[in-house]
Amino acid sequence: MKLIFRSLGRCKRAVAIAIGLKFLGSVFELLLPYIFEHIIDDVVPAEELLRVVLWGLTMFAAAVLCRTFNVMANRRAVDNAHRISYQLRQALFEKTVNLTGPQFDAVGLPSLISRMTSDSYNVQTAVQQLQSLCVRAPIMLLGGVLVAMLMDLRLSLVLLVLLPVLIAVILLISSRGIPLYTKVQQRLDDVVRIMRESITGIRVVKALSKEDYEKRRFGDANGEMTKTDIRAATVMAIPGPFMQLCLNAGLTLVVYLGAKRVDAGLIKPGVILAFLTYFNMITMGVMGLNRIFVSLSKASASADRIDAVLQMNTEEAAGGGAHCAPLQGEAAGAAADFIRFEHVDFSYGADSAEQEGFAGESREKALEDISFTLRRGESLGIIGPTGCGKTTVINLLMHFYDPTAGRILLEGRELRSFDKDALRKRFGVAFQNDMIFQDSLRGNVDFGRGLSEAEIRAAAEDAMAAEFIDRLPEGLDYAASIKGANLSGGQKQRILVARALAARPEILVLDDSSSALDYRTDAAMRRAIREHHPDTTLILIAQRVSSVMQLDKILVMDNGRCIGLGSHRELMASCPAYKEICEIQMGELS
Amino acid sequence: MPGPGDRGGVKAKPKDAKGALRRIGRYLLRYRAAVLVLLGCALLSNLGNLLGPRFAGRAIGEAEAGFRQGPGHVDMDAVLRYALLMLLAYVGSNILSFLVHIGMARVGKRVAQNLRRDVFDKLMTLPVGYFDRNQAGDIISRVSYDIDVVSTSLSTDVIQILTSTITVAGSFTMMCVISPPLVLCMLFTIPVSILFTRHMSKKTRPLYAKRSRAYGEMNGFAEEMFTGQKTILAYAQEEEMSRRFSGINRRAAEAFRDAASMGMTMGPTIGMISNFGLASIGLGGAVLYLYRIVGLAQISSFVLYSRKFSGPITEISNIINEIFSALAAAERVFHLLDQPEEARDLYGAEELKDCRGHVEAKDVSFGYVPEKTVLHDLNLEARPGQTVAIVGPTGAGKTTIINLLMRFYDPGDGKILVDGRDHLEYTRRSLRRSYAMVLQDTWVFCGTIFDNIAYGKENATMEEVVAAAKAARIHNYIMRLPQGYNTVVSEDGSNISKGQKQLLTIARAMLYDTSMLILDEATSNVDTNTERQVQKAIRSLMKDKTCFVIAHRLSTIRNADQILVVNDGDVVEQGTHESLMLQKGFYYRLYASQFQ
Repeated sequence: MKLIFRSLGRCKRAVAIAIGLKFLGSVFELLLPYIFEHIIDDVVPAEELLRVVLWGLTMFAAAVLCRTFNVMANRRAVDNAHRISYQLRQALFEKTVNLTGPQFDAVGLPSLISRMTSDSYNVQTAVQQLQSLCVRAPIMLLGGVLVAMLMDLRLSLVLLVLLPVLIAVILLISSRGIPLYTKVQQRLDDVVRIMRESITGIRVVKALSKEDYEKRRFGDANGEMTKTDIRAATVMAIPGPFMQLCLNAGLTLVVYLGAKRVDAGLIKPGVILAFLTYFNMITMGVMGLNRIFVSLSKASASADRIDAVLQMNTEEAAGGGAHCAPLQGEAAGAAADFIRFEHVDFSYGADSAEQEGFAGESREKALEDISFTLRRGESLGIIGPTGCGKTTVINLLMHFYDPTAGRILLEGRELRSFDKDALRKRFGVAFQNDMIFQDSLRGNVDFGRGLSEAEIRAAAEDAMAAEFIDRLPEGLDYAASIKGANLSGGQKQRILVARALAARPEILVLDDSSSALDYRTDAAMRRAIREHHPDTTLILIAQRVSSVMQLDKILVMDNGRCIGLGSHRELMASCPAYKEICEIQMGELS
Repeated sequence: MPGPGDRGGVKAKPKDAKGALRRIGRYLLRYRAAVLVLLGCALLSNLGNLLGPRFAGRAIGEAEAGFRQGPGHVDMDAVLRYALLMLLAYVGSNILSFLVHIGMARVGKRVAQNLRRDVFDKLMTLPVGYFDRNQAGDIISRVSYDIDVVSTSLSTDVIQILTSTITVAGSFTMMCVISPPLVLCMLFTIPVSILFTRHMSKKTRPLYAKRSRAYGEMNGFAEEMFTGQKTILAYAQEEEMSRRFSGINRRAAEAFRDAASMGMTMGPTIGMISNFGLASIGLGGAVLYLYRIVGLAQISSFVLYSRKFSGPITEISNIINEIFSALAAAERVFHLLDQPEEARDLYGAEELKDCRGHVEAKDVSFGYVPEKTVLHDLNLEARPGQTVAIVGPTGAGKTTIINLLMRFYDPGDGKILVDGRDHLEYTRRSLRRSYAMVLQDTWVFCGTIFDNIAYGKENATMEEVVAAAKAARIHNYIMRLPQGYNTVVSEDGSNISKGQKQLLTIARAMLYDTSMLILDEATSNVDTNTERQVQKAIRSLMKDKTCFVIAHRLSTIRNADQILVVNDGDVVEQGTHESLMLQKGFYYRLYASQFQ
């Protein structure tokens, strides 16, 4: 809700102009019945045709002016809405791409997408509507009341009695309505949840022939939701007819009292007629108010969802440490160490207490007591079973997350003291199942960094991507479709590695990036990287010993812990688990 | 309010408006009695609404008649009588209109309920392939967003059209009754309004289409970027991507502005035309009054009716837009309802009973898309109790074979025999029930532990569930939970660890005693203790069953009676561990890649 007003406030002048124009338009709209009443009451009985024609023409003129101002006002309102929604979406987009790992996880990708698409649209609609409704309805209401009072104070007393009642009803109902709608939303969430469950588990459902069971389960939630929905609709249906009822009763009263006053010779009959018109106008004003409340209460949920993202503090973790100098004493001892992990612990979602397992156990640690050091230009292989925490090491090293305990140093400085962008620009990384964007291959390798053709070309060659790119008629301009659906798994991986290599990074991270490659290509790629990027510090995650055995250091992980660290030769001697994996993988051959 | 899936198709044009309309009509017909009564009420309510001004006019007429003769001559009794009639007409009309509102909302919600149920029931009959091709988000947006649009439109637009028609026709009749010459004065507004509306909608439609496209592009881009957010961060490309988004965002905003400002001239212009009508009534009325053809009272009630008359005409353009968007939404729903269902079981298909677990594949070929065969001439025999291991790199298509065994897909060529008979000749239900299945992405749903374990077996008793849980070695863990077997697993099972989820699904399979097992044995982030439990549980689950295992553990692979090596969707090698090592092919390289 606040967000809507904040956005409107940001372009105060433009909104003020739109409102001013709308005000003028509404004034003319109010003027029309006034003139009409004047014609009927004063001009016609005088039986002067010329004056009648003149006043008639005035009415036409007023109608034209009314339209002109309203159109101008609407255009302004739309223009403001377009600007506000542009800014809002831009802010939301920029915030979202900057979210830290835990923040992103907390909201979740589907929710972030729907905030960007449907919630921002709801807010835009509300912003546009508010500018015209918020003016039109109160003006109709106040203007109608004012003119009515000017015409005959006594008759308009009827209105003064009615209006507070009407506004009280609107407020009462809308305060009841919002919790009702919230409830409907919760029931809808249930419906959607069951649907999502059934869709994601469709293989299990089908395998166990539980279709009918699922139908029943869904049917129950569906019924519950409909029930709540109907209840909300019933309550929300009250204000409209009720207000009309009140106003119509008021109208009757005006007719009767008016006739009495005519009888007493206090007013002319035309006044009653004009009153009827103004009553209609006031009715419309009240209805408009009602619509404002409905539209606001609907949009406020969306606005809050967007605001929740916008209010997240992405700088917090990157914090002012950027100016903190390298720790001198430390630096002396650790100067030779380029990268240094010191007793690092980490659990995902550690900050959210409510996530704790219901058995009362603390959350599983994704990493536990990980320590290692790397000199510049050295290479590290990380090996271990799926889900043992290999990728988590990368997530921490690139500062997507902060370690729960222990610290990570780069060039003797704690990671969190680096500016995030500056830190990450030193990396080239290909994640497991990384994104291929809907762009040309060149665009995918370059990835907005404005690299030269030569750099892109060289990277493609080192990544062994050149051979298939050259076979494409469009070459590097070949357009990859969404998520690289028109590329094979191996082609995708090679493009990703090319992207990682292209800027000649200080640190190259490859997370399971050659699993879809045949052995010859994989080996050639590794050789090319070694030969053409000798100064690059390499971190390579793999499931196969073969991929890492020639690296300077190998970190053997199991279940978030380090169970071995050293060169291949050392590990063969010291780490039974590594030796076992090795023997298993190459035993048959020796 | 575009759903995430519909890519901003806001006022999308329906392709087959008539068809969609007819089908919605069919849903409405289920409530025909209620709808008829409601329509009747709406009619009456409108009548009251039309009579109100008439009585008001009469009352004012009395006042005017008295006014002419000077103060004190107004027949207040007559005024009171008309005022009461007026009140009666209005009150009746308002109460009826309240009922109609509630009633139509109810009907709208019920239709929505039926639509949702039909969509869900449909989903349950669709082949698994549908879910592989369509994103859950898109399917769900049809249920949450599209159906809502349809239902809202039903609750409001149907009544709106009806009342508008009645009001327009009624007011027109009343106006004709009051003074035909005055009608002539404002008659010009009707064709002008209609022509104008037409002209405008012709102009705005392409603008709206452009807007839909722009929104679609923008939503698509945002979705892609958010999905790849980590990559953007890793390359510190936040600013560059925001800059790119800015262009797309601006185009969308401008397309919105162009369409909306054009659309926004409509209301005021129609308003102006109807104000012209009012002015002509003023002018014409004055002239007619001068010739004593009409009285003031007539003019007053005429004006009231003319306002009623022009009101709905202003609204019509809005309603038409809404109806078209509802029809477009309905089409998306119906499109889903029209998807081909899983083929029916063959005529005379038999129940597969007391399956021994003998599975044979003969020259099986298969492609997810007909023209692109991924699996070529697979031959395989698994005798009862044997284990077949399926190995290969990530994404190589190991699940294809599972898909075929479970009849999630049917082979294009060749056949699969179960107990010596083509498995197409069994009912799907009984065939699938002969397999137990433990998948990698362990599926639990929001319900109690008991429900989750008993899922595969209807009317399972607590004893059976406990026995299964004990066999899966998760019983002790469950007993430590605050509510034991009645503990509710949260949505997506986030209050339970991966390892325990795996044990739960194993227990589910345990309860479900079968002769065949499909197992995806990827390890997960479980502690060594749990991992050992999972191992043991799996071993006991595999006992005496014909097992198809997507294998990740060497012990499983080595002990398998047969190994299928899968790469790029196809089975590239097949044999025992020893024979495959001797072949020195892909499997060999999978192990031997260290000797470069």
